[in-house]
Amino acid sequence: VQKILRERFCHNCTAGKLFGMEQQYRHLLELLRRTTVHGESNSALVIGPRGSGKSTLLNHVLKDLREMEQVRENLLENPFLSGLLQTNDKVALKEITRQLQLENVVGDKVFGSFAENLAFLLEALRKGNRTSSCPILFVLDEFDLFVHHKNQTLLYNLFDISQSAQTPVTVIGLTCRQDILELLEKRVKSRFSHRQIYLMNSFDFKQYIKIFKKQLSLPAEFPDEPFAQKWNNNVQLLAEDKAVQDVLQQLFQHSKDLRSLQLLLMLAGSAVTVHHPLLTAADLQEASRQHSTDSKANIVHGLSVLEVCLIIAMKHLNEVYDGEPFNFQMVYNEFQKFIQRKAHSMYNFEKPVVMKAFEHLLQLELVQPLERPWARAQREFLLLRLLLDSRQIMEALQLYPNCPTDVKQWAASSLSWL
Amino acid sequence: MNTRQQSKLIYSWYGKPLGSDRKLRTSQYKGILITSESSKTETCIQLGDFILVEGMNADQPYVAQLVDLYEDGAQHKRAVVHWFCRLEEIPQNKRKMLKREISAQEVFFDQVLGYDTDIAAETIIKSIMVIPLHLGEELPVITLNKEQTFYVKQSWDGKCFKVLSPDTFSKLKEANKTRGVVTNSSKASIPSDIFTPEKKETESVVRSATKPKKIDMGIESKHSSSKSSLSKERHSQRVANNDIKTPTARKKLELNSPTKSKGRLLGYEVLGLLDEDCDAIAPSEPSATKRKVKFTNDILGSPPKIRCSNDKSKSTSQSAEHHRRFSDTMRLSPYTKVKDFDDKDKNIQEKDDIPSLGGYQSSQSPVMTPRSRRTCVQKTSALIAEQISMLDQEDFLSDSDSSYSSSSEEEDDDDDDDVPCTPEKKTKSSRIFSTPKSSRKSAVHTPAKTQRKTPLKGTPRTPRNATPEIPRRIQVAQEPTSVLEEARLRLHVSAIPESLPCREEEFQDIYNFVESKLIDGTGGCMYISGVPGTGKTATVHEVIRCLEQAAENDEVPPFQFVEINGMKLTDPHQAYVQILEFLTGQKVTATHAAVLLAKLFSTPGPKRKTTVLIVDELDLLWTRKQNVMYNLFDWPTQRHSKLIILAIANTMDLPERIMMNRVASRLGLTRMSFQPYTYKQLQQIVSSRLKGVKAFEEDAVQLVSRKVAALSGDARRCLDICRRATEICEFARQKRAPEIVRMAHITEAIDEMFSSPYVNAIRNASLHEQIFLKAILAEFRRAGVEEATVQQIYHHHVALCRMEGLQSPTVSETMAICSRLGACRLLLVEASNKYLHMRVRLNLSQDDVMYALKEE
Repeated sequence: VQKILRERFCHNCTAGKLFGMEQQYRHLLELLRRTTVHGESNSALVIGPRGSGKSTLLNHVLKDLREMEQVRENLLENPFLSGLLQTNDKVALKEITRQLQLENVVGDKVFGSFAENLAFLLEALRKGNRTSSCPILFVLDEFDLFVHHKNQTLLYNLFDISQSAQTPVTVIGLTCRQDILELLEKRVKSRFSHRQIYLMNSFDFKQYIKIFKKQLSLPAEFPDEPFAQKWNNNVQLLAEDKAVQDVLQQLFQHSKDLRSLQLLLMLAGSAVTVHHPLLTAADLQEASRQHSTDSKANIVHGLSVLEVCLIIAMKHLNEVYDGEPFNFQMVYNEFQKFIQRKAHSMYNFEKPVVMKAFEHLLQLELVQPLERPWARAQREFLLLRLLLDSRQIMEALQLYPNCPTDVKQWAASSLSWL
Repeated sequence: MNTRQQSKLIYSWYGKPLGSDRKLRTSQYKGILITSESSKTETCIQLGDFILVEGMNADQPYVAQLVDLYEDGAQHKRAVVHWFCRLEEIPQNKRKMLKREISAQEVFFDQVLGYDTDIAAETIIKSIMVIPLHLGEELPVITLNKEQTFYVKQSWDGKCFKVLSPDTFSKLKEANKTRGVVTNSSKASIPSDIFTPEKKETESVVRSATKPKKIDMGIESKHSSSKSSLSKERHSQRVANNDIKTPTARKKLELNSPTKSKGRLLGYEVLGLLDEDCDAIAPSEPSATKRKVKFTNDILGSPPKIRCSNDKSKSTSQSAEHHRRFSDTMRLSPYTKVKDFDDKDKNIQEKDDIPSLGGYQSSQSPVMTPRSRRTCVQKTSALIAEQISMLDQEDFLSDSDSSYSSSSEEEDDDDDDDVPCTPEKKTKSSRIFSTPKSSRKSAVHTPAKTQRKTPLKGTPRTPRNATPEIPRRIQVAQEPTSVLEEARLRLHVSAIPESLPCREEEFQDIYNFVESKLIDGTGGCMYISGVPGTGKTATVHEVIRCLEQAAENDEVPPFQFVEINGMKLTDPHQAYVQILEFLTGQKVTATHAAVLLAKLFSTPGPKRKTTVLIVDELDLLWTRKQNVMYNLFDWPTQRHSKLIILAIANTMDLPERIMMNRVASRLGLTRMSFQPYTYKQLQQIVSSRLKGVKAFEEDAVQLVSRKVAALSGDARRCLDICRRATEICEFARQKRAPEIVRMAHITEAIDEMFSSPYVNAIRNASLHEQIFLKAILAEFRRAGVEEATVQQIYHHHVALCRMEGLQSPTVSETMAICSRLGACRLLLVEASNKYLHMRVRLNLSQDDVMYALKEE
């Protein structure tokens, strides 16, 4: 079970059906079908926030397209480029030529200068025409990164081909940026056909629960049939459980991203063992707690009392000066005041020791220097900023084990003790 | 080598002035003396001689007959010539009228008017032979000095080919005779310390032993071959004068040339060049003899490769043309195998003469597919009988020289399928042959060299030989079946309409401009501007198409058309490379190309056609020093350039804005700007495309046109919307009967394309994301500044959550929300290392956010 689930969540596989994007699916499929069957050139952008299933949609469409008879015979090639990998046009061009297996590919490499390659590819694409050349599908993942290439040469050329009587091509860009069109240069924009397919996770909570069930249930071809049935029943029960619904509701309110759901289920699913064969509501709750913990506050738990005291001193300083930056000397003075007046359990540390603790905080990035070149100024007078919110500090202190009471009091009573 | 390269050629008159014209202050001469200083050769060319004149391309000098020589008032030596034209100079479409194969050596008596017959005497390279022949006559096979001998059979007057009139024929013949005398006399003045003639001499000695009949031919060829190297020398010397002294460039030129000189000299020249590279003249002799030995071996062993039997179609031809090809295929086929084959050949021989003959024959049809070549060989076999008489014994050398290639070729032909090359490669080679390509020519280098260097089996082909092509599709593309599909096909931007509606005026202006310049034979620039999608490039292409048609009908002089696009260049300087490649087919580096082009456009090319150059996306050719633009616009102002430039860009004030004064002034004042289309024009464009297809409602078209005209006036956009509307219509149609595109569909398409995605995105965001946006608004209102840190927003967020009774998120979760919104660009965020102090700004107006959130 664990293996199946893990595969499903980690590999981001397309096992699941598409949710709430039938219209977009039809649109894209029709578009690509026309390119392959009629040799019509096109360009389109798929836009949607992260985790909304852009790649999933495209993969689905491609899979279905390959199953169509006419298409398969037409030998559809598709260079797949990612903006994160092909960081400039030169690399992208080489990659295209390589993936197209054109004739200047030697082994696995493409030689020649950038100019030669561009001329070669353009020549190659120019030679074809609508009826005789086999259509090519360009997929540009992270499309927004291609926009930043110099002069947008690659995009211009791709769109230009798609708008002229050359080899039929379809250019599909995947991006999460809503303002992508404003980034295109005017002549590139003019050549783009302005087909935009928007994906918005537009489902509501009921569908969310359904997805949850689908993600967890075991497939029919699971070898151990009775167990699969038991598991699936359990999943059904879980979905109706109030506690589980609360957890899911909370997650849903935070993000509609399916990947976060998968992450949660992954955490919960790892609790499943031979002795603990079925998933319980408690597992999910635990996972949710892990999922939503505050990373910085977690760090505070591991600090020494002295360091916690310093953080409290910084917090007070922030309150007094309303978020203005401070330096070590100010923090030390504040700390001294506390030691002299209130502290009963605290030992009066010497300045170098406090300095050491302070630097530790700096390394943990709980405090951040304001300006970069800090070799210049003396360390004591370097301006700093606290990266924690006062609320975070208070919450962390509540959980802090064996915290001296006077320290706690000091933290709570902001100005009154003066 | 180098010193000789740089030696000057001195042109001086031969004899006293024959007569002079006081008024024009010219004096005429009967001959010109060309002296090369270092090699101490001296050649005399007299009136009536046939000469080679420097052309655009170093490898393709023009052929002409010298008519007059004079010195003009400014002491410039001038020459009046009568041109002959090569096959390459005749337009492709007219070549068909010949209805026979033309050898590379055949030229036509040129009767086209309009070429400049008055040239500078310095452009004369050397004298050659032009032999007039009757139409039916076969070309005599003179293999040795192919390059220096040309044949005339017909005349060409720009429209059709005619048989030479008897008096021109006799005139030419006569000229030839007198010329023979002259060359003989001048021969004496050639010292024999040049190695090329020396080698030749040894060869001709060998040959003369076998056939005394041919001896004077040999001598003559010796003479001319020495000059051929001379001409090359001179060319490269010119280049050197233009201050590129890089040896590589020169070498390249020289390495290139032998491949193109079709003929027997090839081997020797290459050899000579190799020696020169080594910078040692002394060793050239031994190596020459070594080579010679090889040949003689071959003579003993291999020459015959033809069977007289039926499979003659397989045997073939060791023409220079093939020679070239085989240098290619040889890389694939193993060297050793060839050797074996040689041995085998020994047995089959007997008919020595035919092979070379057949080969020669097929070399006369340079552009021929291997398949057609085979059939043509059968044809040639009929001619062989005739030729044998002229052939005598056919010099052995021609056999031996090509024995490598020929045997390898047979090998290739015989085991075409066994040779370890993939089918794809094979098809490639056939493709190449069917389409003469200029890039190809330059790709192939000295065959003899590569032959020896890459004998390995299955050596990966060098990328430069690759043909750029996308594999063909297996199934034919479906033709549109329904009305809507038909309409969509026509509405695609790529579909080329028969005429461009609404741009008649601009079309006429550009047409008139180019036409007048063409007829005058002068140069000029025109700057065309307009926002994207207003039909600039389409109109210019239409003009060119019309002019080409007119040129075919001889209404305007013929011209060359070159197009470059700033966006399709990786670097502005690449423009030179592309232009040069279009014009001459050479492939060189950018700086070298610039020099060559400058020379090309600044020197008076006697027979050069006018060039029409389209520079699209001009603004991208901008460099800091603007030298690319400067050069481009400077060339047309030169007297002899014959260059017309049509520059296209988006911005109207580009010359004033980014160009330096000197560039802008050269661009001139001929400007034209394309206005964005009005809605009436757009409507006309769409309906003209849809003529005959009833797919759109009249109102629907009008709606699109009005919408687009109000936004941008971009015709591409208009067509795209219409296309999308047909798709939407098709979806809807599936339920009901076929229908035409209505208003509703158009509206839907427009909404789809122009609607702002932001509002929709906000509505579909998760609850906390929406609360976060609300918190941002609250913070902005509180602070009065449209910028806030995450910490401040977080406080508001927590407060809002408390009001709604929700569990407040932790800081980490808030940060995650923030970065998600930032990725969608609903928010503009700083680099994330500032954590809580990261500043956040809205990427859309506050009203939009409020509107989107209120709807909930």
